[in-house]
Amino acid sequence: MSSMATVAPKAGNGLLDPKQWAKSAPAALRKLDPRLMWRNPVMFIVELGAVFTTALALADPSLFAWTITVWLWLTVLFANAAEAIAEDRGKAQADSLRKAKTDTLARRLADQDPDIDSPRVATVEVPAPDLRRGDLVLVEAGQTIPGDGDVVTGIASVDESAITGESAPVIRESGGDRCAVMGGTRVLSDWIVVRITAEPGKSFLDRMIALVEGSERRKTPNEIALNILLAAMTIIFVLAVVTMQPAAIFSKDHMAAAPDTAVLDGNGVTGIVLVSLLVCLIPTTIGALLSAIGIAGMDRLVQRNVLAMSGRAVEAAGDVDTLLLDKTGTVTYGNRRASSFLAVPGIGARALADAAQLSSLADETPEGRSVVVYAKEAYGLRERPKGELAGATWVEFTAQTRMSGVDIEEHGSVHRVRKGAAASVIAWVRANGGDPNPRVDDLVDQVSREGGTPLVVAEHQEGEPARVLGVVYLKDVVKEGMAERFALLRSMGIRTVMVTGDNPRTAKAIAAEAGVDDFLAEAKPEDKMALIKREQEAGRMVAMTGDGTNDAPALAAADVGVAMNTGTSAAKEAGNMIDLDSDPTKLIEIVGIGKQLLMTRGALTTFSIANDIAKYFAIIPAIFAVIYPGLDALNIMRLASPESAIVSAVVFNAIVIVALVPLALKGVAYRPGPASSLLRRNLLVYGLGGIVTPFIGIKLIDLVVSLIPGMA
Amino acid sequence: MSETTAGVVFIAAMIAALAATYRPLGDHIFRVVTRERHNRVERGLYKAMGVRPDAEQRWTGYARSVLAFSALSLVLLYLLQRLQGSLPLGNGFGGVEPGLAWNTAVSFTTNTNWQAYSGESTMGIVVQAAGLSVQNFVSAAVGIAVAVALVRGFARKATDKLGNFWVDLTRVTLWVLLPIASVAAVALVAGGVVQNLADFTTAQTATGGDQTLTGGLIATQEAIKNLGTNGGGPFNANASHPFENPTSWTNFILVYLILCIPFSMPRVFGRMAGDDRQGYAIAAVMGVIAIVSTGLVVGFESFANGTVPQAVAAAMEGKEVRFGVADSGVFAAATTLTSTGSVNSFHDSFTSFGGGVLMLNMMLGEVAPGGVGAGLYGLLVLAVITVFIAGLMVGRTPEYLRKKIGAREIKLASLYFLVTPALLLIGLAASLAVPANLESMQDSGPHGLSEMVYAFASASNNNGSAFAGFGANTPWFNTVLGLCMLFGRLLPIVLVLALAGSLAKQRPVPATAGTFPTHKPLFVGMVVGVTIVLVALTFLPVLALGPLADGLQ
Repeated sequence: MSSMATVAPKAGNGLLDPKQWAKSAPAALRKLDPRLMWRNPVMFIVELGAVFTTALALADPSLFAWTITVWLWLTVLFANAAEAIAEDRGKAQADSLRKAKTDTLARRLADQDPDIDSPRVATVEVPAPDLRRGDLVLVEAGQTIPGDGDVVTGIASVDESAITGESAPVIRESGGDRCAVMGGTRVLSDWIVVRITAEPGKSFLDRMIALVEGSERRKTPNEIALNILLAAMTIIFVLAVVTMQPAAIFSKDHMAAAPDTAVLDGNGVTGIVLVSLLVCLIPTTIGALLSAIGIAGMDRLVQRNVLAMSGRAVEAAGDVDTLLLDKTGTVTYGNRRASSFLAVPGIGARALADAAQLSSLADETPEGRSVVVYAKEAYGLRERPKGELAGATWVEFTAQTRMSGVDIEEHGSVHRVRKGAAASVIAWVRANGGDPNPRVDDLVDQVSREGGTPLVVAEHQEGEPARVLGVVYLKDVVKEGMAERFALLRSMGIRTVMVTGDNPRTAKAIAAEAGVDDFLAEAKPEDKMALIKREQEAGRMVAMTGDGTNDAPALAAADVGVAMNTGTSAAKEAGNMIDLDSDPTKLIEIVGIGKQLLMTRGALTTFSIANDIAKYFAIIPAIFAVIYPGLDALNIMRLASPESAIVSAVVFNAIVIVALVPLALKGVAYRPGPASSLLRRNLLVYGLGGIVTPFIGIKLIDLVVSLIPGMA
Repeated sequence: MSETTAGVVFIAAMIAALAATYRPLGDHIFRVVTRERHNRVERGLYKAMGVRPDAEQRWTGYARSVLAFSALSLVLLYLLQRLQGSLPLGNGFGGVEPGLAWNTAVSFTTNTNWQAYSGESTMGIVVQAAGLSVQNFVSAAVGIAVAVALVRGFARKATDKLGNFWVDLTRVTLWVLLPIASVAAVALVAGGVVQNLADFTTAQTATGGDQTLTGGLIATQEAIKNLGTNGGGPFNANASHPFENPTSWTNFILVYLILCIPFSMPRVFGRMAGDDRQGYAIAAVMGVIAIVSTGLVVGFESFANGTVPQAVAAAMEGKEVRFGVADSGVFAAATTLTSTGSVNSFHDSFTSFGGGVLMLNMMLGEVAPGGVGAGLYGLLVLAVITVFIAGLMVGRTPEYLRKKIGAREIKLASLYFLVTPALLLIGLAASLAVPANLESMQDSGPHGLSEMVYAFASASNNNGSAFAGFGANTPWFNTVLGLCMLFGRLLPIVLVLALAGSLAKQRPVPATAGTFPTHKPLFVGMVVGVTIVLVALTFLPVLALGPLADGLQ
């Protein structure tokens, strides 16, 4: 698996590096603009509070007032810096992506006719940003592809490392599922004609840059809901603090003999202290880190070379109940390969090999190619270029017919050869007056039972009944360690469904070996679509991967549709994520990233709320013990003085933001498992930890603060 | 039997009695509210009311019906009091003055039963029976109906229909409240509670003075005032009056009546949601908070510091000798944990901490087990918030009972849990800011503040009990506390129904191993934790200046 070519700082490395904080300082200051702060109600309240205490400190300066004021501003700045650091990491990636987006000159075909035999045609040079959807451009070796598109003519090796980070060149050719090219990648050999499919500024590169920079970030559904809850909690604490004032004045009045202090006087609790209490109670920890968590989640995805079109898609990944996994490439290694030809009685092995090769020439799928390769390796049959056979009409493999072949017209009669899925070919034989040899069923069964895939080869000479020649044995190898991963997914309540074009028996054998929960055999695109609809109607969220054009409807219907980068433009348009590595297994990682994102939010919210207990016990006795000395019993941390107690609580509140930035960016530790064990663990760490930590933290800070003259 | 033993026996017997009725009573209510067919009595009533019983309502229609019904009740009860002088059976009392009539009308239609008046010297039999007692039934039925509508929101799928308010109201009144109240009234009469239509009796006291003994339909009113978690008694002394609550035995019956329906509602929830375990989990949350709270109250009262309490081994001031500390403490906890507010002792005279716990019981939003219906919906809203916070921690969009808790659900739940604290705190702060209001306090300093805090906690949460020394019958408090009662009842109801509507529309999500389990002890603990941290701690500043300062002196 490749990594991004860009050198983005890895999560968790050097996050507490002072240099990085210093670098984010200008952005953190810029974000103090109330028009930006307003979007984060919790931190906006803190900023307002800081403005208020600044005014109070200016009017009536004291060490206490200024200490609180400075730390309140630091609280806001830490929150802004957390967001800036998260954005910076994205920007670093965006910058290196931008380098790929040089101002290429495109060579637009003058007459816009794709049928050309050589690159020696008239072209017009146009700046890449001026290209429109549908334009045809010529790209030769050494040139950069000017925009996203499909190859319509030619074949070329392309270096896509600028985007995928994969240094090995890939082949891109017209037709089939390997026709899509991306703007910013470079042609290494040969030449191609590309039909532009993206409007200027809408290419993958543009979208990717916008995404990692966070400029296109919109709040996701769960984020919106969480923001509402945090706003409600903020309102309730504002009420609690504001309404405390009349009660405080009443009480001070009652105990008029108690001395006025910096905390409480005849006018009630001082403004500085009211703001301090409010800031400590409202959920600042999660409020400060919420957007950093979201940006970092997106970033983790990009680091794994997955492009999500929206944050919503990432969140949906965490909610997935059913994973549709393509057998090939996910459950089994790469492609099935032909491993033997099994002829029916009366047919020579060589004749079968010859027919198998002939009928596979028009089959561009890897399986089809493997038949041609095997025929050459085992029988020495030379691959015949398509153009060599006169009078041949090629029948290409499609997902609907599930057959490929050729019709050759010789001496006025047509000889037709077909190869494909057993059911389809047998039906074809019957339709052409043939009666399949009963041995065929045995051979098909035998191959299927062994977990292989049988392809049946048949021929039809005009005027005679069609007949079956034999069976091609395609072998499939299940990847190691998949059974364990599927078991983990099952423990998390995620059902895995293997999707395959194989017949049910073959599918069953492989499904059993791989340990998936269910399988969809002989799957046509419609079947996949129907399965998705069925799952969704039962309320389940479905994730799938796909690459072909005929996957597009299903990709669009799925809640999480991951298109392979090698796939067609249609597939990429339909999905809501693109995997640049084209590794279908990554779907499992994507689900993990989605879950981790939600878990991090939940854990930090819990931590933030649990923190309040200690803060109450620090501040309430600090304010009121002067008038009611008995309330000192609530000062269970034995903090040195009212001033040091309040300062310590405010300082703790600010520092905890800094301390949790690495966690927000890296995400909480994620180990797949059932919900109950995830909950128990997170509740212990962030719930119980959230209760205990501030008691210790505030006490330690108080030990230091109380050394300052005037604080003890 | 020592006080401690008496307390333990009382509490244990109560838990056993409630556990024994959890299933049968819950199942009965479940059948009443889910029965498809309407019987003849019901059909007759629907015809009289002009209701089409099979026309189910959307949440908006349901809410409009609740509001219209409450408004109508409010106006009728107000007029009944104002016109008392011109009605028969007025026992010679004149019309009630407007401020008090408004306060009382709001109080009884909102299931609060805050009594700013003295029953035996203000309200005659006709107002007591046709006005107050009727509201005791129907305001309780409204609470149960709204709770049932919320549960339908969880249980139903892809619909905008929540049932028919008028059907729920009729059935709950006819087949739940009336039968139980009737049996209870007989039991109370058997236990010595007064029930007559006689005129007032004047008796000679031992010292030779005259005393007017007001009788009336006491037992019937006593039964429903507790069963419906109402609390408004015919006498100012409420259930400490010997005509209302003569013996320890009737005392046990009253506490049981207060708790039986609220504690059985989770069963209705479990049955309707199709998963009994969910009901047990909610009942467990209620039980944990209730037992801890009751234990604290009885404990603080039994082991009170102070010269006099030490001499008699308990804080007996304000408590009836025939009940003692344990019976009084349990009654006080039960009445504040629900929205009842009837009292058999004077909460003002409880120890500072004991009184503080009673306030806290109400401040929690009365969810353990809470008012009839209101307790269940209040706790379910807290459960929704808990599920949201905790659910994220398992890495999924939070779900409760297979319904997703999204932005709209959280918005409604958050608003719900904002309402009563906002009313309480704003009402309290505004009242403290007006110097004249301080004269309503019987005591000065922390205890005086506690009286006012208690009044607003009681009104905003529709409890109705009071710190007795507090002079609430002033134009300011009649008006402001009346508003607190009104908004504290109706705003949450509208929000709960909106939440129900939003949940009912959803298709249920299938439950898998990845689903956050909401029937396990861990969840019970979390709901308790969220209730304490998010709700109780909000009130720590006022509690610190009131009961805590009072007790820690």
